[in-house]
Amino acid sequence: MVPLSWYLIFAAALFSIGLFGVLSRRNAVAILLGIELMLNSVNINLVAFWRYGNTANMMGQVFAIIVFAVAAAEVAVGLALVISVYRRRNTVVADEIDMMKW
Amino acid sequence: MTGEQITFLVVALFTLGSGFMVVTTGNLVHAALWLVSTLFGVAVTYAVLDAAFLAVVQVVVYIGAIAILFIFAVMLTRKDMRDQGPQMNKNWWFGALLSVSTFGGLYFLLQGWSGLSKTAAAIPSGFDAVAELGNALVSPTAYVLPFEVASVLLVAALVGAVYVAFNRK
Amino acid sequence: MSFWNDPLKVAADWLMGIFTGWGMPEIAAQILIGFLGIFVLIALLMLLDIFLVWVERKVVSRFQDRIGPNRVGPFGLIQPFADIIKLLIKEDTTPGGADRVVYNVAPMLSMMSVLILWAVVPLAPTILGVDLNIGALYIIAAGAIGTLSIIMAGWSSNNKFALIGAFRQVAVMVSFEVPMLTMLLIPTIFAGSMGMSTIIEKQNIWFVLFSPLGALIFLIAAIAELGRAPFDMAEGESELVSGYNIEYSGMKFGMFYAGELLHAFTFGGFWSILFFGGYRFFGLEQVNPVLAIAVIVFKAFVGYWIIMWVKYTLLRIRIDHMLAFNWKFLTPVAFTLLMVTALMNALLAGSPDWLRVAVMFLSNVVLAWIALEIARSHSRKEREKVEGVKQVVEAAHH
Repeated sequence: MVPLSWYLIFAAALFSIGLFGVLSRRNAVAILLGIELMLNSVNINLVAFWRYGNTANMMGQVFAIIVFAVAAAEVAVGLALVISVYRRRNTVVADEIDMMKW
Repeated sequence: MTGEQITFLVVALFTLGSGFMVVTTGNLVHAALWLVSTLFGVAVTYAVLDAAFLAVVQVVVYIGAIAILFIFAVMLTRKDMRDQGPQMNKNWWFGALLSVSTFGGLYFLLQGWSGLSKTAAAIPSGFDAVAELGNALVSPTAYVLPFEVASVLLVAALVGAVYVAFNRK
Repeated sequence: MSFWNDPLKVAADWLMGIFTGWGMPEIAAQILIGFLGIFVLIALLMLLDIFLVWVERKVVSRFQDRIGPNRVGPFGLIQPFADIIKLLIKEDTTPGGADRVVYNVAPMLSMMSVLILWAVVPLAPTILGVDLNIGALYIIAAGAIGTLSIIMAGWSSNNKFALIGAFRQVAVMVSFEVPMLTMLLIPTIFAGSMGMSTIIEKQNIWFVLFSPLGALIFLIAAIAELGRAPFDMAEGESELVSGYNIEYSGMKFGMFYAGELLHAFTFGGFWSILFFGGYRFFGLEQVNPVLAIAVIVFKAFVGYWIIMWVKYTLLRIRIDHMLAFNWKFLTPVAFTLLMVTALMNALLAGSPDWLRVAVMFLSNVVLAWIALEIARSHSRKEREKVEGVKQVVEAAHH
């Protein structure tokens, strides 16, 4: 029998790894990879609470599906922005994209 | 150590290991492929949690679309086929400190909660999670409004992404 | 229950008795029996795959008015074995700048994505891998893994043409998943569940009679997913020097090639399960599981024959035409068909069978006719534009 705490700690660890990726990577696409890890950890939390709570109440799974949709939308727009920035500035290193249009 | 616990430990270690490789490897295409294995580990976690529909949707949406989008974006934004120098910015130690303290804080918060050692109740037989999920998503007393809003969000993201990335010659 | 009624359960019980007799704990015995079942299935599939190589070469040769392999064994039946031996003894090269791990894993993933599809195929009422109640969605998930393996193969080969071929193939596969997923929902609506065995159980009347346009769109989308002609822009030998598998030789190429043939056969099987009744044939399957297996294998071969027929008859389509065809024609028609089917199914809920079949068949035909008329009017306008320019040019010359 797996206690609920194991799932929550697993999700917390995945979230921290994603946070590390967002805070320490130079490449903009790598930052988006970290954001994906964080969104997945949130989903694991939601589904674990659905399973260990009242399984007849589908709110956990519905919320997880909405998070799927939001993550997909955010990745699409985020990567479109990164590609557009690459076309103008010829770089995707986050530190070098630091000047507005002059 | 029951079979379930061993299964969960194997899956969790696989996912966390792949996640760690995502954020530390220098080659970005490898990072995207490690993301694929992390997402697959998360899908297996959903299957272990008896959310079979979510597991399959995770593979279809995340691995089949989002991970491929990442691989395309990595390939379209590199100046040549080699790697581009150090991948960590100069304050990475602070990021590491912050993430370790976040994990520590979450762990500490969880200890104070009483429902922590709850074990899973058995799912009543004849419970069709897929049918219940379908009902919940379209029934007016349940979650049809977030469902419709999510579809509007996806249309907005579709139009926005095409417009932003369009190559006007 | 005798062996013929429920072979898998009888075999599993017998093996379980043997293993626990040797002192193995029950859970380890269960896992071992599961693995043995998977191993037997994969061995049979690989044997079938070898046979498919022979079938493919004989059929293509008849389409091209020649005889095909007939030297090695009677009717060339041992030819595939000779091919496999040749591939096995070839040198196992890895290109210079290639990414070794990704390069070697890609063919394995490609073969894996085909083999895992057979976990949900019901071969008989009692012989099936696992009765997932989301079987239809599982097909798309396995296709997603196949897509990933192609892009891994194309990128890791360190070769421009491989990369272009892989990009095109992945763009086509991701695009054609949309009409395929929509058409998978049509048997789901009729059967009330996405599970493969439930879909077969509910096909007292074959679903192709309810929705012929759905079957057709599913076939077109499946051929595009497989990467076979006329949608094989990515690996056309004359255009792109065989695309993502340029740098692969020996058994790794063999895995791609054999995987593609088995994938085509598997989709022939799925087409017959979803629309043509699967292992059902007027009650024949209740007699004996072996007859049920024979029925479904026969129907899968008919589907595979149609896929081969399309491949060796039609010309290759250009990549931008392919994508335009999907997004401007196939996807709107698929969505409209789904809405019409759902509406008609709800309206006709209590009616007698013949009325339902007639109305749904008619609605499909009407929708197809409307879609073709719209496409025709578009092409007429395009042609008039080109004709108008030609007339202006000719008038300027005179």
